[in-house]
Amino acid sequence: MADDDTRILLRGRGIVPGKAVAEALVTRQTISGWGGIDERDGTVIELRHELHGVSFAGKVLVFPGAKGSSGWSAYWHMLRLNGTAPAAMIFTRMSTKIALGAVVSRVPTVTDLDGDPFEAIETGDLVELDADAGTVSVTKRG
Amino acid sequence: MHLTDAEQAMLDGAEGEAKARAMDLLMRYGAALGAERLVETRNVAGAFNASTPSIRHMAEDSFDRVFSELNLDSDEVVAIPHMAVPTCQLITGIDVANHALQGVDPALAEMQVEGEAYFGRRGISMMCTCTPYQVGNVPVRGEHLAWMESSAVIYANSVLGARTNVEGKESTGAAALTGRIPFWGLHLPGNRHADRLIEVGIEVDDMADWGVLGYFAGLAVEDGKPSLSGNLRTPTLWKLKHFGAAAASSGGVELYHIPGVTPEAPDLDAAFGPHPCPEPIRYGPKERIDCWERLQSAEDRKVDFIMLGCPHNSIEQMAEVAELLEGRRVHPDVALWIHTPRAIAEVSRRSGYSAIIEAAGGVVMSDTCPAISRRLPEGVRVVATDSAKQAHYLPAISKRQGWFGSLRHCVEAAVSGTWTGGP
Repeated sequence: MADDDTRILLRGRGIVPGKAVAEALVTRQTISGWGGIDERDGTVIELRHELHGVSFAGKVLVFPGAKGSSGWSAYWHMLRLNGTAPAAMIFTRMSTKIALGAVVSRVPTVTDLDGDPFEAIETGDLVELDADAGTVSVTKRG
Repeated sequence: MHLTDAEQAMLDGAEGEAKARAMDLLMRYGAALGAERLVETRNVAGAFNASTPSIRHMAEDSFDRVFSELNLDSDEVVAIPHMAVPTCQLITGIDVANHALQGVDPALAEMQVEGEAYFGRRGISMMCTCTPYQVGNVPVRGEHLAWMESSAVIYANSVLGARTNVEGKESTGAAALTGRIPFWGLHLPGNRHADRLIEVGIEVDDMADWGVLGYFAGLAVEDGKPSLSGNLRTPTLWKLKHFGAAAASSGGVELYHIPGVTPEAPDLDAAFGPHPCPEPIRYGPKERIDCWERLQSAEDRKVDFIMLGCPHNSIEQMAEVAELLEGRRVHPDVALWIHTPRAIAEVSRRSGYSAIIEAAGGVVMSDTCPAISRRLPEGVRVVATDSAKQAHYLPAISKRQGWFGSLRHCVEAAVSGTWTGGP
């Protein structure tokens, strides 16, 4: 029986070690920390955000990066303490906010991928991320 | 990342466990950024407050535990020594002089006071404001800082020509104990040139105008480095404060240039340095009105809370509020809170401005603001503010309706109970 799954492999730089396998949640909009998310349940609260009301807890969050307040890392730190952090993160725009936030969240995180993650990954795809090896394996769904 | 002998010694524990943890964080953070080395800093502005409800259980354990976890990202609780370099506290969560008005549990207010004593003993100056540059921490051009608070970072970089990235609680904690921060981003002169151009085609004069322009700039360039151009009247420091806070909120702007005004851009060419001037983004009447509308998140014109002072008011702004309120009364159904650093509140009190404000029914608040404290007067449904930054954040955080307008619009609404502001 033919396997309908298509798999895509991307290679990049792991900036926080670890491995994770989870469903992807993809947005092309940057995400704020303070004022942008609810750290108690890992949902986006920014009024005009395309993910308003959606939770990234336990997901592989694929997004451009951080925006807004310097409290970004503090909020991602609280996500870890509350158990509501993403399972893994993939981002494309480096900044001090995302670097520090990823580090203190201890969430396996990869950046500088050799392909465009927004082209390769859609919400709902299964993503296997290995930040130690710097690899992202995407199984398309539907 | 390359370390000096002194940095390696700190990492190895030669100066105690806390500094070793601090260096460990700086290493992980610097490596994530791709920084080649650290840079020395003697000016840290962080957020060390330990009195928010969500971390009460940690603070009840010890303040060492709070600092270790939240300001050093250390899994182990370590004894926190004196800060190695001058360090100040940015905005905090409770106005200890007005905590009853904020509806704060007295035990938390007491914890705030105890926390401030703990931090002060360790060399963290309790400025308790988002505007340390308004109360004496005025870096010089080229000075390397480790600052948090996006509105303070954009001010220090752009208006003062100092050098800082947007740091966080953990990196400022580590910087305060080691006097180091990753040499990355805006610490490098080559990274400080403008990369976007905003051509301002209309007059931009009052605080509201500068806030809307800032909000537009952030939306247009996100985390870019814009230079303005156009016939701009030289703005006051508090207009630049508002402009920067708005741009940092709607986008992620950390540095801007205004040729002839900001120190690193004597002219438009200097703003862009070796890079060509890009195609301009135009700001005209239509953009201004669209952006003004975007700052509104209310429908009900009956207002019950007016919030002034985000970022915290300067003494000039306090004088202006007093001038507009003199002889008038705030509507009985409206609460009017005006926020300014405690040090400036003292000048305002001494000058008689606060007495005028209070006689009208307004309250002078310090140390915090509703968006940070998450505390508003009871029963508030509709907020009005003269701050683009507060208008951007408070409705989302507090789930209330929000109007944005000029100081005059806000004072009129405070007195009448009805919002009549518009672009």
